[in-house]
Amino acid sequence: MSADVRRIDAASASAHGDAATEAADVDLTADLGRLTLPNPITTASGCFASGAEIDRFYDVTDLGAITVKSLTLEPRQGLPTPRMAETPAGMLNAIGLQNPGVDGWLERDLPWLQGKGAKVIASIAGNTPEEFRDVARRLRRATGVVAVEVNLSCPNVEHRGLVFACDPKASAEVITAVAREVDVPVFAKLTSDVTDIVAVAQACIEAGASGLTLINTLLGMSIDPETGRTRLFNGYGGLSGPAIRPVAVRNVHQVHTALPDVPIIGTGGVRTIEDVIEMVRAGASLVAVGTATFVDPFTARDLVRELRTWLAARGHTSVAELRGSVLAW
Amino acid sequence: MSRRAGQVEGRPDADAPVRVIGEVLARRREGAYWLLSFSAPELADRARPGQFVEIAVEQKYSLLRRPFSIARVSRQGPAAGTVDVVFDVGGPGTEWLTQLALHDLVDVVGPLGTPFPLPKRRVPCLLIGGGYGAAPLFYLAEELTREGLRVDMIIGAATRERILNPIEAKRASATVTFTTEDGSHGVQGRVTDVLAQTAETCRSAVVYACGPMPMLRAVSEACAELELPVQVAVEEHMACGVGVCFTCVLPVRGKDGEVRMRRACLDGPVFNGARIAWDETRFELGPPPDVEEDEVEDEASGRLTDDELWGEQ
Repeated sequence: MSADVRRIDAASASAHGDAATEAADVDLTADLGRLTLPNPITTASGCFASGAEIDRFYDVTDLGAITVKSLTLEPRQGLPTPRMAETPAGMLNAIGLQNPGVDGWLERDLPWLQGKGAKVIASIAGNTPEEFRDVARRLRRATGVVAVEVNLSCPNVEHRGLVFACDPKASAEVITAVAREVDVPVFAKLTSDVTDIVAVAQACIEAGASGLTLINTLLGMSIDPETGRTRLFNGYGGLSGPAIRPVAVRNVHQVHTALPDVPIIGTGGVRTIEDVIEMVRAGASLVAVGTATFVDPFTARDLVRELRTWLAARGHTSVAELRGSVLAW
Repeated sequence: MSRRAGQVEGRPDADAPVRVIGEVLARRREGAYWLLSFSAPELADRARPGQFVEIAVEQKYSLLRRPFSIARVSRQGPAAGTVDVVFDVGGPGTEWLTQLALHDLVDVVGPLGTPFPLPKRRVPCLLIGGGYGAAPLFYLAEELTREGLRVDMIIGAATRERILNPIEAKRASATVTFTTEDGSHGVQGRVTDVLAQTAETCRSAVVYACGPMPMLRAVSEACAELELPVQVAVEEHMACGVGVCFTCVLPVRGKDGEVRMRRACLDGPVFNGARIAWDETRFELGPPPDVEEDEVEDEASGRLTDDELWGEQ
C-alpha cells in the first residue's frame, strides 16, 4: 500500500497558478474515456431519486450528468421503516432499493429526463448476474442514457453474500454480463468494505467495465442505548456523508494509482468545493454528490458554479489538469 | 459562504419550494412547546396549510435539516412575509432552535409536501389535533373559515400543559372539545373518545387530523367506522424532506387497491386517512379486535364520498 501514497506529480500539485483565469474561460469538461460530460458534477445514485424532485428547485441539466436511483428488474417496495438514522457527520440508511423497476422507469421517469435533454447515468442492481444482464438489456436503446453504473455494492440486500463487489470473480461475472448488453460505457460501483479494492477494480476493468464508481456506503450500525433496539429496521445500514469522505478519497487514490487510465466517478461525503477538488486530486474524473443533497437540495448545482470560480481564482484553465495531482510529504 | 437575511434560491413558479435565509423575529414558549417565527416572504407567499419546512440546525456533527409543519404564515399587515412553526424539543437539533436569538439567521427550505385539500362542497369540518399537531390546524381553520365553512375542533393532549394554545382553538372554531389523558383539562380520555359524539353534534362531514401517528391511526379507523372522509397530516422521520432519500415512506393503498410505499415528504404529508394501510405500518394500537366487523354496504348513508369531496387524488 505504501506505493499508493507516493504517486506524486509535483508540477501540477504546486499551489496556485500565477495569473487568475477568467471564470468563463475555465474548461469544466469531464473526460471519462468514451464519455465526455459538460462538467464533472453528477449525483450519487439513490440520492437524487428520478431527477424531477430536485428539478423543482433548479434545472437539473445544469449538472454534468444525473445518476438515477438503482433500477432492478422488478419493482421493489424496499424495507420497512425506520430506514434512516443520523450519525455524527453522516447518516445510516437501509432503504432496500425501493424503485419502480426498470420497465416502470423507462415508461414513466426516463421520458421526463429525455424531455429535459438530461444526460443520464442509469444505475442498475440485481440479485444475480442474469438479473443485471436483463436490466441492462432493457436499457440498450434508451435515449439519454449515456452510461450504466452497475451497483455491485448495495449494502441493503438480503444477505452480505449478495454484495458482488466483495469478490473480484463475482464482480467480473456481473460486469461481463452487463457489458455485452449495452453500447454505452459501463461503470462498476464498488464498496470499500473489502481487503483489496484494487483487485476488485482490476477484475471489473478486465471484464469490460469502462470505469469505476468509488465508493458505496460503508456498512454500519446504530443501537438506541436506552431501548437496545437497532435504529434501523434492517439492523445494519449504509453509512454516508462527510464521515466517510476520507475513506472514499483514499479508495479513489488507491485505485487511480494502480489504474491511472481508468475513469473514476468519485463519491462519498462530498459537500463543499474543497471536497470536489480533493476528490479530483485523488483521481476522480467525475464527482458525485450524495447525502449533501439531503442537507441542501441546491448543493450539486452550487458546486458546478463554485468549481468554475475556484479554478479561475487559482489560474487553472481546466479541472482535468488537477486530476491525480497529489503532493506527498 | 456569507449569508444575509432575504437571500432566496429557487424557481419563480408560484408553487415551487425555495431556500430562504430568514431572520428570527420571535422565539418563545407556547405552553409546553416552542414557537419560532422568521421572515421568509417568498415562502409565506407559496405556503398552504398542511405543508412543512425543513430548517437547517447548526448542531455540532449533525447534518440533516429538521422538518416542521407550518403553523401560520402572514402575508399582510405588520407581520407580512413571516412563517411560524411550533415544535417540541426532541433532541439536540430542536434544542438548538430554542437557543436562537432575535435577528439570528435560519436557513429554511419550503414549502414542502402536499397541503390539506379543501372540500369542494360547503360542509362542516371537524379538525382534530394532538399535542403540537394542533398548530397547522389553526392555520387550516383560518383558510376554511375564510371559505365560509364551519369549523369545529377537538384538541387533545396528555395533560393540560400540553394542550396547544386553547384560546386560539376557541377563537378559530365554532366549538372546541378538549381532551386530556389525565383529565386535567376538558374530557378525560383521547380525541377518539369524543369523536363520534362531536361529529354528530356538529354535523361534521369531513375530518382533518394532525398529531402523533398512533392518534392519526385511531382517528382514521374511527372515521372509517363513522364513514367520515378524513385527511391526516403524518409525521415521519425524514432525511431530505424533498423526495429523494426514500426514508419517510409509509404504505398507502392506491385506487387500484395496491399498497405502495409513498413518501411522506412528497406524496404527503397529507394523506387520505382511509388509504393508509395502517395494518402494514408499525403504528400499533394494541392487539387487534378478535371479532371481525360485518361488511355492510350502506348506500343510503348520505355521506359524501372522497371523490365528491376532494376530486381526483
